[in-house]
Amino acid sequence: MGLDMPPSRSDIRISGLSKIFGSGGAAVAAVTDANLEISHGEFISLLGPSGCGKTTLLRIIAGLEIPSAGSVEVRGKSVWSGAVRSTTATRPISMMFQEARLFPWFTVAENVALPLRIAGVERAKRQARAHEICATVGLKGFENHRPTALSGGMRQRASLARALVTDPEVLLLDEPFGALDAMTRDALNVELMDVCARAKVTTILVTHSINEAAFLSDSVVVLAPRPARITNIVEMPFERPRDLDLQRRLEFQDMVGHLRHLLTGAAA
Amino acid sequence: MSPRNQRLLLPAASVVVFLVAWSLYVHTAAVSAFVLPPPEAIVAALSKMVFDPKLWSHVLVTATETVSGFVIAVFLGVFLGFVMARIPPVEWAAKPFIIVFQLIPKIALAPLFILWFGFGLESKIVISAALAFFPVFSNALVAFKSIEPGDRDVMVILQARPMQRFVMLELPTALPVILTGMEVAVVLAMIGAIVGEFIGGNEGLGFLAVSYLQNLAVPDLFAVIVLLTLLGLVLYAIIGRLRAWLTPWHVSTSSGG
Ligand SMILES: Nc1ncnc2c1ncn2[C@@H]1O[C@H](COP(=O)(O)OP(=O)(O)OP(=O)(O)O)[C@@H](O)[C@H]1O
Ligand SMILES: [Mg+2]
Repeated sequence: MGLDMPPSRSDIRISGLSKIFGSGGAAVAAVTDANLEISHGEFISLLGPSGCGKTTLLRIIAGLEIPSAGSVEVRGKSVWSGAVRSTTATRPISMMFQEARLFPWFTVAENVALPLRIAGVERAKRQARAHEICATVGLKGFENHRPTALSGGMRQRASLARALVTDPEVLLLDEPFGALDAMTRDALNVELMDVCARAKVTTILVTHSINEAAFLSDSVVVLAPRPARITNIVEMPFERPRDLDLQRRLEFQDMVGHLRHLLTGAAA
Repeated sequence: MSPRNQRLLLPAASVVVFLVAWSLYVHTAAVSAFVLPPPEAIVAALSKMVFDPKLWSHVLVTATETVSGFVIAVFLGVFLGFVMARIPPVEWAAKPFIIVFQLIPKIALAPLFILWFGFGLESKIVISAALAFFPVFSNALVAFKSIEPGDRDVMVILQARPMQRFVMLELPTALPVILTGMEVAVVLAMIGAIVGEFIGGNEGLGFLAVSYLQNLAVPDLFAVIVLLTLLGLVLYAIIGRLRAWLTPWHVSTSSGG
C-alpha cells in the first residue's frame, strides 16, 4: 500500500482477523475476515458508519481485545499468542482514546510524562521531555495545571502529547478529536499530520469524517456494518506536505465524493 | 449585620443561649445535681481535671487504643477490599463471612475479646478495629471495583506493572471513597475503645467515666463526655486534613466547609 516503501517494510500485518462478541443467537460479528498491510510511516484511516467494528479492530491491534480468529503482527511480532497479549509486540504502540483519559491527581505535565515514568525514565529527563512535547501541541504555560482546569480541546491536546511523548513507532487514534469544534479539530489535525510525518510514525486513525480521512491519510479503509467488514481500500494520491488549502481543490472534492459514494454503497 | 458576620455570630449566640437556659432550668426547677448538673459545675470539674496529670494518661490510653484500632482497620479494610475487588472468587468465597460479620452486633463481641485478649490495651484495640473495619472495607471494595475500564486500558497500553497500576491509578481513584469510610470508621473506633474500657480494665476515659458514675461524681462524668467529644473532634479533623492532603484534586476536598 505504501507509495515508496518496499513491501517487506510492512509495519502492521492483519490477516484473516475476526471478532465475534457473545455466542449463539446473541453473537455479534464486530470484525469479519479483515486483511490489511500497513507500511512503515504510513497514515491510514478507518472510515465507516457506527457499529462497523472500527474501535474493535483498533483495540485488537493494541492488544486490548482478543481476536476470535486471525492474526495481527506489529513489526513482525504477533500481538496475540493465544489469549496472551505480547508485551514485546505491543511495546512500540501508543494509543489515544476518544476521551482524554487524563488522571486528575496528576498535573498536565505529570500526565504527559506518565508513559516515561512507567518506563522508568528519571524525573528530570522525563519532565524536560514532557515540557518539550507540551510546547509542540500548544500547551505551553499549562504544564502545571490540573486536567480539570483545561478546556475539552486542551485536554485532547494533553492526551495527544501523552501518546507522543515516548516517540512511538505505531500510533492508534480512536476518534481523537471527535468532540471538538471544526476549527480546533482542523488545527489539531494539521499538527498531528506534521508530527507523524516528521517522526515517520505508522498511524491508524478511526474517524467518521470523510474530509478528515481524505485529508490526513495515505490510504482510507472503508468499512461496512452488518456484517462488519472491510469493503474498500482507497489510496489518497495527494502529495505531501499538505495544508488545509488542499481541501478546496477539485481533485480532493472528487475524492471525498468517491468515498461518500463507497460509504453509502457499503451501508446499503 | 452582614451575612458573613451572622455566620460567625449566630452559632456562638445559640450556644450561649443554650447554656444559659440549661443553667436557669437546673437552678429554678430544682433538678437534683445528681441527675443534671448545671453547666458551670461541669466547667469547674473540667478545669480541675485538666491540671491532673493522671487525666492525661487516661486520655493517652484511649487515644492510643482508638488510633491503633483505627489504623489496623484501615490497613485491613483497604487490603481486603482491594484483593476482593481484583479477584472476584475471593469475594465469593468470603461472602458468607462478610455478611455475618456485617450483621453481627459487634459490640456484643466485646466481652469475648476481653476474654481472649485480656484486660490490657490489646483487647480494646481489637474491639476498636472490629468496629471500624467495616465502613473502610465496604467503601474500599466499591471504590476499587469502580475503576473505569477506559482508565485501565491506558495503563495496559503503557505496560504498567501491577505496583505502578496500584500507585498511579487504583489507589488515587479509590482514595476519596475510602476517606469517606474512614470518617465513619474513626468515630466507631473510639466507641470500640470506650466500650472495651467500660467492661474491663482500669485505665482510659471509658474506665474513668464508669468510676465517676460509681462515685456519683456527675459533673466529672459530664466532663469526661466533653473530653471524649473533643477527642472525636480532633480525630475527625485529622481525617479532614488527610483528605485535603491526599486528594486535593477531588470535589470532596474543595466543596468542604
Ligand atoms: N465489549 C463488547 N461486547 C459486545 N459487543 C460489542 C462489544 N464491543 C463492541 N461490540 C459490538 O461490536 C460491533 C462493533 O462495535 P465497535 O465499537 O467496534 O464499532 P465502531 O465502528 O467503533 O462504532 P462507532 O463508530 O459508533 O464507535 C457493534 O455492533 C457493537 O455492539
Ligand atoms: Mg468506536
